[in-house]
Amino acid sequence: MCLSAAAQYAPLWPLAVYFVAVVILVGAMLVLSHALGERRRGRLTSVPYESGVVGTGSARLHFDVKFYMVAMFFVIFDMEAVFVFAWAVSAREAGWAGYIEMFIFISILLAALFYLWRLGALEWGTSMKIRRKIEPL
Amino acid sequence: MNSEVAAFFSPGDFLAILPEMVIAGMACLLLLVDIAVPRTKKCVVPALAVLSVAVAAWFSYELAGSGVSAFSGMFVLDGYSDFFKLIFYIVAVFAILVSLRYIRTEEIDLGEYYVLLLFSLSGMMIMASGTDLLTIYLGLELASLPVYALVGFLQKSRKSNEAAMKYIILGAFSSAILLYGISLIYGLTGTTQLAAISAALVTGDVNGPLFTLAVIMLVAGFGFKVAGFPFHMWAPDAYEGAPTPITAFMAAGPKAAAFAVIMRVFLEGLYPAYDSWQMAIAAVAVGSMVVGNITAILQTSIKRMLAFSSVGHAGYALLGLVAGSEEGMASVMFYLFVYAFMNLGIFGIVIMMRKDSQSGDQISHYTGLGKSNRLTALAMLIFLFSLAGIPPTAGFIAKFYVFMALINKGMVGLAVIAALMSAVAAYYYIRIVMLMYMREPEKEFALASSRGLLCVLIIALAAVVALGVYPGYFIDLARYAAFPL
Repeated sequence: MCLSAAAQYAPLWPLAVYFVAVVILVGAMLVLSHALGERRRGRLTSVPYESGVVGTGSARLHFDVKFYMVAMFFVIFDMEAVFVFAWAVSAREAGWAGYIEMFIFISILLAALFYLWRLGALEWGTSMKIRRKIEPL
Repeated sequence: MNSEVAAFFSPGDFLAILPEMVIAGMACLLLLVDIAVPRTKKCVVPALAVLSVAVAAWFSYELAGSGVSAFSGMFVLDGYSDFFKLIFYIVAVFAILVSLRYIRTEEIDLGEYYVLLLFSLSGMMIMASGTDLLTIYLGLELASLPVYALVGFLQKSRKSNEAAMKYIILGAFSSAILLYGISLIYGLTGTTQLAAISAALVTGDVNGPLFTLAVIMLVAGFGFKVAGFPFHMWAPDAYEGAPTPITAFMAAGPKAAAFAVIMRVFLEGLYPAYDSWQMAIAAVAVGSMVVGNITAILQTSIKRMLAFSSVGHAGYALLGLVAGSEEGMASVMFYLFVYAFMNLGIFGIVIMMRKDSQSGDQISHYTGLGKSNRLTALAMLIFLFSLAGIPPTAGFIAKFYVFMALINKGMVGLAVIAALMSAVAAYYYIRIVMLMYMREPEKEFALASSRGLLCVLIIALAAVVALGVYPGYFIDLARYAAFPL
């Protein structure tokens, strides 16, 4: 029992050594650079590093909500694409039943896209919004 | 390879989910119809929504009693699911009818409202028919997600936004707990199918701390969905902030669906481990009755009061599950059937009180209603008596059958607590009756009645009285529909 357990865990010990080594290495890097490193307080020390470009202000500004909308659509439709990929690699095996199901799936997506389009969610400018305020649909 | 995939499901399986496909398909279609029709003809959308529910109900009726198990045992069409689908169809149609005028008053007259209701309905139907933890979870999410959006549908009301935020965060949290429970059950039994879980519990030795943890997580996850103590914290805020027709829908529809799932999971899947979950459910039931009913006394908002009352009612219904018998199951089903009518009825009156500047959501707003609007007050009186469980209304019979199921299993103590809590509940229900009839009205009442709303009120009233006087047929139906243990 003990032997078999040892045999079972045998392939794990290199991983454990590796893990310990990583912890020691990272720890050593942090501690040594903190202990040996030179410290200087300049005017720009605390400014975030922007690859050499001088910062222009805080990153906490108001973004247009449209960025959020586009990000949401991306997440939604991108996730749906995952299902299409999964079907694509087994399209032959899934046969006609799979084909029809994917057809239904994509038509639901199309309905959603059409809905968003008609709603004006894909408009980047404000023209649609203004137009609706003047004459409601 | 080809035959393997083909054997995974057969064309006949799609016949079994025809009602669900009708509802989900029509919901997609209505989304497009809504943006295609001009603003003046928006009544097309609710009309088509009611029509699609009717078509789905007709398909369900045609398929009823076939006992088909589809998609390799993930989905079943039995009497049990048919009974619950009947409740869902009624709740959905009522919710659409009571919304017609309300959402115009609140200026949220968008077609998406009805589309989301239909999506939620399709999720509830999948919940009732699911016999696999994965199907059940899928249905649960499909039923909940549209409701999160509907709760926040009053875009300009901060209360509604806050309610939706709280509801979605706690709902996601509870779903996660439920999934942990499901994954533990899967790890312990090697399957997610309820029948196979039951078989694994009989043959294998799976009792242990992990199994207890899994049961606790399932109870917590489902407890959130039925708003049972101590997982009811979201209910008062969500119920108060939501548009009133959605409050009515939530308290009757998704709650009944959650009960359908709870009974299916615990009485079909985990029935061999009855001893290990009975105490947990009993604790939730007693806690819900005590906390729900006592906290309801302190409320000044009628929607909050009804939210706590609904927590209490969830407690009574859970008692039928604690009994763990076919009779107990039938009593819960009958209870939920009755609750759907009395709940939609009373919320119908709350909706009626919302007109122009009159919010009508404080209990004090009902002062003297009996003097000026006799019929409305009488209807309110009957719904309140039914909720309190006073004969000859349906609420009494429903409670009576739950108590009887308990006593027949020798759980007299629980029945006594439940009866005591009904007495507490009677206090806050009858307080409104007192306000309506024994005080002079402070001002003129303006009631926002509409044909749809009146229709719902009359049907609900007739059902509450008829089920109270002559419950035999529906009790037999519930008994017949309960699945054998």
